Amino acid sequence: MTADLPSFAPALPEIVLALGAMALLMLGVFRSGKAYTQVSTLTVFLFILVGVLLVAYVGGERSVTFSGLFVTDSFAIFSKILVLVGSGVALMMSSRYMADHGIDRFEYPVLIALATLGMMIMISANNLLSLYVGLELQSLALYVLAAIHRNRNRATEAGLKYFVLGALSSGMLLYGISLIYGFTGTISFDLLADSVKTGEHAGIGVIVGMVFLIAGFAFKISAVPFHMWTPDVYEGAPTPVTAFFAAAPKVAALAMFVRAMFGAFGELVTEWQQVVIFISIASMIVGAVIAIVQTNIKRLMAYSSIGHVGYALVGLAAGTEAGVEALLVYIAIYMTMTLGSFAAILSMRRNGQMVEEIGDLAGLSQTNLPLAIGIAIFMFSLAGIPMLAGFFGKWVVFWAAVEAGLTPLAIVGLLASVISCFYYIRIVKVMFFDEPAGNFDADKGRAIPLVIGVSAVLHSPVSFLLISPLIAAAAWAAKSLIY
Amino acid sequence: MYKFIVFLPLIGFLITALWGRKIGERTSQLLTSSLVSVSAVLSWMAFVDVAFGHNQYSIHVLSWVTSGTLEFNWAFRIDTLTAVMLVVVNSVSALVHWYSMGYMHEDPDTPRFFSYLSLFTFAMLMLVTADNLVQMFFGWEGVGLASYLLIGFWFKKPSANAAAIKAFVVNRVGDFGFSLGIFAVFVLFGTVNFADIFANAGNYQEAKLVFLGQEYHALTVICLLLFVGAMGKSAQLGLHTWLPDAMEGPTPVSALIHAATMVTAGVFLVARFSPVFQYAPDALAVVTVVGAATAFFAATVGLVQNDIKRVIAYSTCSQLGYMFFALGVSAYGAAIFHLFTHAFFKALLFLGAGAVIHTMHHEQDMRKMGGVRKFAPLTFIFMTIGTLALTGFPFTAGFYSKDMILEAAYASHSFGSSFAYVLGVAAAFMTSFYSWRLAFMTFTGECRADEETQHHAHESPWIMLFPLAVLSVGAIAAGFVFAEYFVGHEREAFWNGSLVTFAGDVLDEAHHVSGAAKWAPTVMMVLGFLLAFQMYVRRTDIPAKVAETWDGLYAFLLNKWYFDELYNFLFVRPAFWLGRVFWKRGDEQTIDGFGPNGVSSAVAAIAARARKLQSGYVYHYAFAMIIGLALAITWFMAQSPAGTH
Repeated sequence: MTADLPSFAPALPEIVLALGAMALLMLGVFRSGKAYTQVSTLTVFLFILVGVLLVAYVGGERSVTFSGLFVTDSFAIFSKILVLVGSGVALMMSSRYMADHGIDRFEYPVLIALATLGMMIMISANNLLSLYVGLELQSLALYVLAAIHRNRNRATEAGLKYFVLGALSSGMLLYGISLIYGFTGTISFDLLADSVKTGEHAGIGVIVGMVFLIAGFAFKISAVPFHMWTPDVYEGAPTPVTAFFAAAPKVAALAMFVRAMFGAFGELVTEWQQVVIFISIASMIVGAVIAIVQTNIKRLMAYSSIGHVGYALVGLAAGTEAGVEALLVYIAIYMTMTLGSFAAILSMRRNGQMVEEIGDLAGLSQTNLPLAIGIAIFMFSLAGIPMLAGFFGKWVVFWAAVEAGLTPLAIVGLLASVISCFYYIRIVKVMFFDEPAGNFDADKGRAIPLVIGVSAVLHSPVSFLLISPLIAAAAWAAKSLIY
Repeated sequence: MYKFIVFLPLIGFLITALWGRKIGERTSQLLTSSLVSVSAVLSWMAFVDVAFGHNQYSIHVLSWVTSGTLEFNWAFRIDTLTAVMLVVVNSVSALVHWYSMGYMHEDPDTPRFFSYLSLFTFAMLMLVTADNLVQMFFGWEGVGLASYLLIGFWFKKPSANAAAIKAFVVNRVGDFGFSLGIFAVFVLFGTVNFADIFANAGNYQEAKLVFLGQEYHALTVICLLLFVGAMGKSAQLGLHTWLPDAMEGPTPVSALIHAATMVTAGVFLVARFSPVFQYAPDALAVVTVVGAATAFFAATVGLVQNDIKRVIAYSTCSQLGYMFFALGVSAYGAAIFHLFTHAFFKALLFLGAGAVIHTMHHEQDMRKMGGVRKFAPLTFIFMTIGTLALTGFPFTAGFYSKDMILEAAYASHSFGSSFAYVLGVAAAFMTSFYSWRLAFMTFTGECRADEETQHHAHESPWIMLFPLAVLSVGAIAAGFVFAEYFVGHEREAFWNGSLVTFAGDVLDEAHHVSGAAKWAPTVMMVLGFLLAFQMYVRRTDIPAKVAETWDGLYAFLLNKWYFDELYNFLFVRPAFWLGRVFWKRGDEQTIDGFGPNGVSSAVAAIAARARKLQSGYVYHYAFAMIIGLALAITWFMAQSPAGTH
């Protein structure tokens, strides 16, 4: 064994983020208690710094380091930027809520930073071991975040449920990894790909291991039937945490899913395609149907996110470069829609209390027209109404599926999105045609109106201008994987 | 200049429609009225230039449709016929705009009203300036829409809504014929541009159209289809039922749309197509008969109506019949001349009736009027002038145009012309009777209104009287000033090819008919006046006795020959029945039951059940995960060939 140090350069952003997170933790500890705002602001700046490093220093060239454990390429850059944006925006939206509920502790931004670090490692994992380490770093941070409002029963219940089920899914994941190791003798993606290609070890054992692996991934992206934790956790966790859950971790887990499938099991595409099609269809249908009977808007968004993961998986199910490109476009659009929607939910505050029922939005157009228009844009975009960004997302994934010969899957997706229109548009109806339920309190900060405004503009028909750069970026990212 | 004429009303419409509430009532009114007035002044200048300068213009606005061999532009065809229509439309429209400021001043929605008026004016201008059938159809539908909106302007009144819908639906029947006519023209001529159609009409004289194995004379078919469109818009017998009901709209609307301009669109259409009709004598015969029958029918109904506006409405219907049988006997110039003069005196009568209604505080029933002369002497004078012109008192406008039509019918040898002459003369008698009946019942005798109304009765404001004065001048002078050009010896130079005119045509013959035929209408006019005077001024007990003696005939006329009841029985009720069957059985029970409603209730039921799975217990959730995993693995186990490993 040589004693050479590995090259740190490809992982520099992660290293900076890790050191920065620890430094912020120290800062928080020594400033004892009152450092929330400071740490939070610095965390956002840290994310910006890491993003700049990613683009300017690392770049889109594929390079592998740490003995093949860590890989970076254009796919990783695209996904990591999305993750950083998602985390940073979610953090920016949090401060008012945290302060109001007395949970403005400095650990919150530090945990988000650590979770983000875990996600970046997941995205860059080129080995089942580094994948697992990244995933656990992320998950542990998320468990704590879900329960951060610890003197509120629902939050602790949510955190506990998430933890128990998360542990179960980790167990499945690890069992899958051990099966794969047992049948192939390796856990490195590159070697696995070779091993599968020669056909020597691509037996039922590897496939079963892969199915366990997929089950673990599906839990993280809350795909059906591994989704059951999602509504309870989304509803129970503090709203900014929910916003965070719905955005960045989804992107990271999907990116990890895609890299593992193409990087390690590219030759088994027909096998994993079947599983992905199944969970994709199940997610789209469950997300569309069960959301109809929800009255709590956070639960509704939970089912909505389940449905949207189903649509994104349509891109993966296609098993082609165009499919991956479509998936990346879709999650980029989905993430901004979700952040905008949660920003709107965060401004649902009446007499100093947060309200979460759909009925509380009644007649919003008469009391707060700009907010109502913003929410209407998000809902129409989530529903995939043409002219809005959400339509393009759906269009590219369905198109990729049709081109890959999966027309029935695209049809199921279309039907599911028709059903989902019902509850999205019902919210618009409640806002514009029902008797007003009363005024919301004015927003004090600037962050939330800014997020609502920017994402509403991004999803309005202005997206016509932005869609081709986004598709170009996704194509650039998608071509770095091996098909 | 022509673009200004056409687009100024559109600008007025857009501004008041979009920002009417913001810029305020007064500004909206002044803005639209001024823009239309400018259009009116420009129209007169254009008229002088085109009709007396003998110019013709074709003005390209924009390329519209190019699709295969179908190609047409948005362009204005400005010839004498168009210029006459421009003058009529814009002058009456401008006067009605100003008049409405007074008439509608109590209404809270005046910006909307004025924007509709301007929209109507724009659409009507599109119609008359069209240089192809499609553009004309655009204007045609545009005026239909504006008419619908204005009849239903007081949309809180159920009767106004019903009338608006009726007008729309009946016009749809006519429009269907018109659109079929356009298709037939395109099939035969391969173009929809007027210039090409008229230049080639002679070449298709013998052409046949094959439909369902039968051959038909192509030009006759086209002309009849176009005439069906004209019948709808111009309320000819059969499709006339909407016009009297349209009186539910505000009175200025009745004056503008349902007397002077829109209802004459059918006359304009046939006149515009005179080069084609000329080759379809059978179609002309139909036009003659329908026109004459309408003139007679509407006049009989007008005899017994009690609503002041309905009397004038039936009078309009009747006068339109005159115009059509003039077209039918190829006296196109006379028809347009009557259109021109009629616009003045009928608008005058309607606006005068509006002034009376205004005076009597929204009372329209003539039985509750009487003696209005006391309250509104100026209105009385203007109405009398209008009545004289309508009945054809010598040297007023109606005298020249109506007599010309009757003489042409007498002189013509075409099929149906003598029928038309007889009915026309009879209608002239009735016209005189019901017009004077209206005048006497309204203005003379004792006032039959209640004390309250009498107390508040007052002359209309000057802004309403001024348009009446202008129209009175037209009603008196339009005849003798223009007769020489429209129907006299100057007519060939005047029309300059925009209508079919030639030396020795029916109008030339009409100048040489016998004295008896010439004087018959005037005699009828005097007789009608005397009878009305006898019945409504000297012996006011006679009408009731007559109605009692002839109660069957009276009811027949009062109920408008039972046309509405007949249509109700023949079309409306079967249509409702059929609609109900499709709706209840076909749609609700079959399509909705198994389609949208069935699916959506199924989805809702599934959702309600599936939601119960979300129990909140961690072990349920874990169980679902394990089951899912087990299913996936079983799937692969079952698929893979046994014994690989």
